[in-house]
Parts: sequence; structure tokens; C-alpha cells
Amino acid sequence: MRFMMLVIPKGYESAPQDAMPSADAVAKMMKYNEDLARAGVLLSLDGLLPPSAGVRVSYSGGKPKVTDGPFAEAKECVGGYWMIQVKSKEEAIEWAKRAPMADNELIEVRQVHEMEDFPADVQAAAAGFEELQGRK
Amino acid sequence: MESPDISKTIDAVWKIESPKLIAALARMTRDVGLAEDLAQDALVSALEQWPKDGIPRNPGAWLMAIAKRRGIDHFRRNKLVDHKHEQVGYEMQARQEDSAPDFDAALDDDVGDDLLRLIFTACHPVLSTEARVTLTLKLLAGLTTEEIARAFLSAEPTIQQRIVRAKRTLADKKIAYEVPSGSELNVRLGSVLEVIYLIFNEGYSATAGDDWMRPALCEDAQRLGRVLAGLAPNEPEVHGLLALMEIQASRSAARIGPKGEPILLLDQDRRRWNQLLIQRGLTALARAERLRPERGPYTVQAAIAACHARARQADQTDWKRIASLYDELATIMPSPIVELNRSVAYGMAFGPEQGLEVVEPLVGNPSLSEYPYLPGVRADLLFKLKRFDEAKAEFLKAAELTKNASQRALLLQKAADCQRSTN
Repeated sequence: MRFMMLVIPKGYESAPQDAMPSADAVAKMMKYNEDLARAGVLLSLDGLLPPSAGVRVSYSGGKPKVTDGPFAEAKECVGGYWMIQVKSKEEAIEWAKRAPMADNELIEVRQVHEMEDFPADVQAAAAGFEELQGRK
Repeated sequence: MESPDISKTIDAVWKIESPKLIAALARMTRDVGLAEDLAQDALVSALEQWPKDGIPRNPGAWLMAIAKRRGIDHFRRNKLVDHKHEQVGYEMQARQEDSAPDFDAALDDDVGDDLLRLIFTACHPVLSTEARVTLTLKLLAGLTTEEIARAFLSAEPTIQQRIVRAKRTLADKKIAYEVPSGSELNVRLGSVLEVIYLIFNEGYSATAGDDWMRPALCEDAQRLGRVLAGLAPNEPEVHGLLALMEIQASRSAARIGPKGEPILLLDQDRRRWNQLLIQRGLTALARAERLRPERGPYTVQAAIAACHARARQADQTDWKRIASLYDELATIMPSPIVELNRSVAYGMAFGPEQGLEVVEPLVGNPSLSEYPYLPGVRADLLFKLKRFDEAKAEFLKAAELTKNASQRALLLQKAADCQRSTN
């Protein structure tokens, strides 16, 4: 089964566009990434620029509206993720516990919906969904 | 402290930590069997203590400390006649004393080499294939004997026996705990790759209604393949096998129909293929080909799988390339099954006449006498050549040989189509 571990770093919601992690934090993170890869569980990973470099597209009355970041109302935001393939939810949690996070940072562990979990009619409606996944 | 999930958490910790633990203990004790026993002792302690005291902050180091202590007790208790054992006992104790504050770093430093030694030992050719598969799942994938039994539809005592016997064989034959070198490396690596691919195929052949432990073997094999690719990054066939498994696994959502019936590659809804796994497979394939332009058998098979993976629709498949890859495979790994597949590729690439030319020499081959795909492939080619009477006879023969009910129905349907085409 696959899980996404979402990193939610405290303060990232209001970080400047050019915010960069320290060399030390990056080194620790690289070590952790390597541990995941060496254990054969890592499928993919990415880090995201802060919301100040992003936009939000909201919808009202069928019309999309674009707002530039940062977003005053946001209390937390995703800073990056790992996609892992493990045997159980507990194993995903164990990996999350090993991440080199600072105080106040958190990781949200979320299971990926597998198509087999859906009833037949939803599967039929979602035909083509897998094709859209994993593209870079 | 006790929560209903703690046993699952301990399982998860075990799955993550046990291969490293056993690998490091095997280096210290020079005995894989003993290493596994010590690791199991540590697991028993964890099962007793963690539900009361909670999971320690560094569970790997905790397990290692307990296992080492048990190891030292073991050597003391046996009051060693044998000097070598005495030496090992001292070494363990010395390490225990020096490295106590930082077990984890000690564990991490050489763990790669230790794991590689453990893989080569578990897959040693002195063991039967079954024993290699079982030991690999137990020692390197962290499966319990119960899980292995469920995955292989066997009884747990059978698996237990197999492990005991395998450990005894390794000890009796004094198998060195090492990574082979020189000319031996290729043979031994071949055995490792074979074991991993066998595990994958066992999972891949699972059918609807099987225990979920069976299809999960595919993920275990992929994981082992990824671990091996990290440990032996310069071995092209390691990446070739990984590429093959990732690409095959990418089709898992498309290869079984809603009623549990198998769907053949060319009939699969390709939109259901997992593109992340395909990308991973193509990356691993490129790496294998970069390391050595002369492809080995796993790399060629991965290259064939990649041709299918790259085709957005079945009719966009590059059959000429697949045919030439099968020529390559037939040279480096000749077998009747490869020939049969080669005939299909030739039929698709150059026309049914050419396909038939490749398949005809296989007729009467005793190793294919019970194999429904031989008459099945001939029937398809003959049908395309409008030789309906012969095609019908072959479809019927294939229908008789197949054990799969829905496949039989399909073949009988095709035989009936031949009849109609004749009239």
C-alpha cells in the first residue's frame, strides 16, 4: 500500500518567496531520504516553494478566481512530500517518526486511495485516472 | 500505555529493523542461524516490554542491545571450547562496551555490506530454491513464518521446518558470511536475482480470492529489488530486474477484470497502468543499459516490457523492436517459452507467415506438451492466414489444455468463429 507523508513546516505559510532551508537541515533530510530509498520504500519525493510563490484558484458560481500568495487565512501549509510503499499504516507511521523534523513541524500521513478500493461504478467513471498519475 | 495497535506497531518496527539487525548480528557471530535466533529473542523481549513501557525512542538500537546481550550470554554459557567462538564472544562484549552510547551509528556504518552478505547467504546455491525463497523473505523482508506460509499456501510448520533445515545446511557446509568476488560473483548474483524474481512471480500469479499476502509478495520483491539496487549499484542486471518488476507491477490494476478474470496484455485498459511505476522502471532500465550496453536476460526482458509500457495503445506497439529484442533474448537465454513469445512478436511485426515459421519447430516439444499457449499461438496465426480448419483444431486443443474457465470459454468461442468463417 502507498502512503503520502506530507510535511507541514511551521511558519512556511508566511515564508518569503526565496526562503531556503539551512545546509544542516538539508543534510539531515538527505540522510533520511537515503534511508527511505535504501530500505526500498521510497517511490518519489518533492519539496514545494512557499505559498508566497504560489497562487490559489477558488471557485464560486462556476467561476474560477485567482489569488496570489501568501494567503493571510492559512494557518499551515504543505512544504513537500514523500510517496512511500509499505506493508501497513503502522509502518508508514514508523517511517514518519524517523524523519528529522524540527520542533513545531509536523508530518501528516495519508493513505493513497487504490482503485481496487472503489466500487465498480466509480472505477468505471475513473477509467483513465492512473494514466494521469506520476507524470512530471 | 497499552493500545490495541501496539502489536501492529511492533510488527512494523520489526519489518524495518530486522534485516539490519540480523545482518549485523551475523557479522558478529559469523552464524546466520544464531543471528536470527538472537534477533528473535530481542523481538520476544520487545513484545513483553513495549506494551508496558511504550516503544523506545530508538527501537533499532534497543533491539540490538538486547540481542547483543543475549549473544554474549550465549557464548558465555557455552563456555567455549572452541577458540574461535570465544574470540567472537569477546569481540561482541568489547563492541558492547565501546559502542554502547552510539549503537545506531555503528549499526548504520557497515550495514550496507552486512545486508549484502546476508542476501548472498540467504540465496546461497547450496540451499534448495524453496529454502532460498523462504529464508530471503524471513531474513531480508521481515516476514513471519506465518505470513510466508499464508503467501505460499503452505502450513506454518512446513515453513518453520524449512527454515530450520536451511539454517542447519548453512552451518554444516560452513558457508562463509561474505560477498562473493571474481568469477563467483556472477553465478551467485544470478541466484539472488532468481530468488527475488521468483517471489515477484509468485505474487503476480495470485488470483482473485487468494489471501492478500500473495499479491503482496510483488511489493516485497520490488522492495528487495530496490534495496539490492542501492547495495549493488554497479550491477546492470540488478537494475534490469528492478525495471522488469516495476513495469510489470505497473499493470496490476489493469490485468484482472471485474469478475477476477485475467486480462491479456494487449486487451488491457492502458489508462489504468501506473505511470509512476512505469517511470521508475524506465529509469532503472536506462541505468542498466548505461552500465553495460550488452544487455543481460533481465535487462532484455525489461526492454521488452518497456516497449509495451511506452505504447499508449496496443496498436502503437513497436513490434519490430520487440521481435529484435526476442532475437537477443533467444541468443542469451534460449528456451521454448522464449521461442513461443518470439513467434508472437514475429507474427505481429512481420505477419503471420513469419510467426508460424518460428513456432513450427516447437510443435512436439515435450516441455510444451501441456502448455495451452502453444496451440493458442498457432491457432491465432493460422486464423490470420485464413487456414480456418487448422486454426479450429488448435483452438480446441488449447481449450482442452487450459485450466482457466474464462479462458476456455474464450477459446471455444474462437473455435466456433473458425467454423463460421469456413462456411
